[in-house]
Amino acid sequence: MSASANTGAAPAGKAGAAPVNGALTRGVTVIYLSLIVLIPLAAVVWTSFGEGIGGFLRSLSNPQAIAALRLTFEVSLVVVFINIVTGTLIAWVLVRDSFRGKGLVNSLIDLPFALPTVVAGLTLLSLYGPKSPLGLNIAYTKAAVVMALLFVTLPFVVRAVQPVLAEMDLEMEEAAHSLGASPFTTFLRIIFPNLLPAVLSGAALSFARSVGEFGSIVLISGNLPYKTEVASVFIYNQIQTDNIAGAAAVSVLLLALSLLILIGLNALNRWGRRHDQ
Amino acid sequence: MISRLGLRFVALGYLALLLVFPVAMVFARAFQDGVVAAWQAVTTPEALHALWLTILVAAIAVTANTVFGIICAIVLVRHRFRGRNLLDAVLDLPLAISPVVVGLSLLILYSLTSPVGAWLAQYGVRIVFSTPGIVLATIFVSLPFVVREVMPVLREIGTEQEQAASTLGASPFQIFRMITLPAIRQGVAYGVVLTTARAIGEFGAVSVVSGKISGVTETMTVFVADRFQNFDLVGCYAASVVLAVIAIGTLLLTNLFEPREDR
Repeated sequence: MSASANTGAAPAGKAGAAPVNGALTRGVTVIYLSLIVLIPLAAVVWTSFGEGIGGFLRSLSNPQAIAALRLTFEVSLVVVFINIVTGTLIAWVLVRDSFRGKGLVNSLIDLPFALPTVVAGLTLLSLYGPKSPLGLNIAYTKAAVVMALLFVTLPFVVRAVQPVLAEMDLEMEEAAHSLGASPFTTFLRIIFPNLLPAVLSGAALSFARSVGEFGSIVLISGNLPYKTEVASVFIYNQIQTDNIAGAAAVSVLLLALSLLILIGLNALNRWGRRHDQ
Repeated sequence: MISRLGLRFVALGYLALLLVFPVAMVFARAFQDGVVAAWQAVTTPEALHALWLTILVAAIAVTANTVFGIICAIVLVRHRFRGRNLLDAVLDLPLAISPVVVGLSLLILYSLTSPVGAWLAQYGVRIVFSTPGIVLATIFVSLPFVVREVMPVLREIGTEQEQAASTLGASPFQIFRMITLPAIRQGVAYGVVLTTARAIGEFGAVSVVSGKISGVTETMTVFVADRFQNFDLVGCYAASVVLAVIAIGTLLLTNLFEPREDR
């Protein structure tokens, strides 16, 4: 990786016609990103402030919007904490344990990314919904929202922690063990601090995903206002009832949050890289 | 030893309850009335149209994002310019934004009451509630995958071969076609698989911009939700199985293309 810093330097100057070519490709990139991503998002921000800051705040002070936002943060935090525990555990089992079929389990981790979200929600509904063969019906409850989010965010922490754990030296752990540390102390004092940047980056990604998730939740949550309606479903319902300003205001809040998480992740990655050296 | 077995048991049990059993249950539900009923449910004109539309939209989105992805990766890795870090950060936005917000943004920009939508309507172009809107939404949400897969490969191969080709008189396009493209082939392939999976599975953004007109603007995922809301459970589970099979196929393909050192 250290070599990439040198080789990444622009060769364009040396290659005769390349500077023109460079300006062209750069232009194409910026225009494409603007047309597809930036201009539409700017339109949402513009709409939400159409009646000034006052209008924006008025849309946000709708109690149903506040309830939806609060529920979204609550369940997302719960999901992140569960993911930190189970994700680290699964990563540990996949790296340090060995058993038959481990390769299969490993590829299974990515299934939530490959499976369409609406199908993910439906799979949970078929096992844990009405007519559940287990006699367990969590449909239209907060637990269902949490479960759907756990399904779609499963890979983030596992995939962030796995490579770090695989590259970690066993020597430190062995030293701790020979000095009489229990496995639990070793994990808490030696392994976990080394995994922390990776765990946090996986946690941030699953938080971002949870806050915006729609497809897996919409069928299983029942979308009851004040009870199981999350922010993305609230936005969707406002669009359906033609309250575009209300939808845009909550959207801008989610957008700002996504930006914050991206900036935080960027800082986290730099910290993690320094941690490596 | 016992604690190791215990951890293994908890990890696998969690995966079984969250992933394996529910997915297996969808297959069981789809075929509970027999294979014939499931087959009939996914071969109705609406279902076939939804499948066709999904494939069409995914093909356009994957092509656009692959071409853009390669260009963008070259720009980000090989060029130094002001605003490069900003460009790099903006690229991840589609992954962090709620799909409903994506749909809303296109709805606001291209609706008939907006200046852009009204202007396009003069020339008979409709974006919202028709195929172009679905394509734009799908391109938006699946945008970063090719870029992010190609960038590390480009960094790793360096520029020596390209410079050698340049001193030997190759044109920039020749260098790209004969040196760069073959070298990044695997990264591109992996990115294409990820983009395809995301494009086929998109639901939130598409259900906002498409208007969900049955047999016209319904993609496969919207069809699944529509069947569910109409209490046609065999239809909805059978269509889900089609999507799940595509997803599992994608997983197998990614295992094939995934860079070795990651595993």
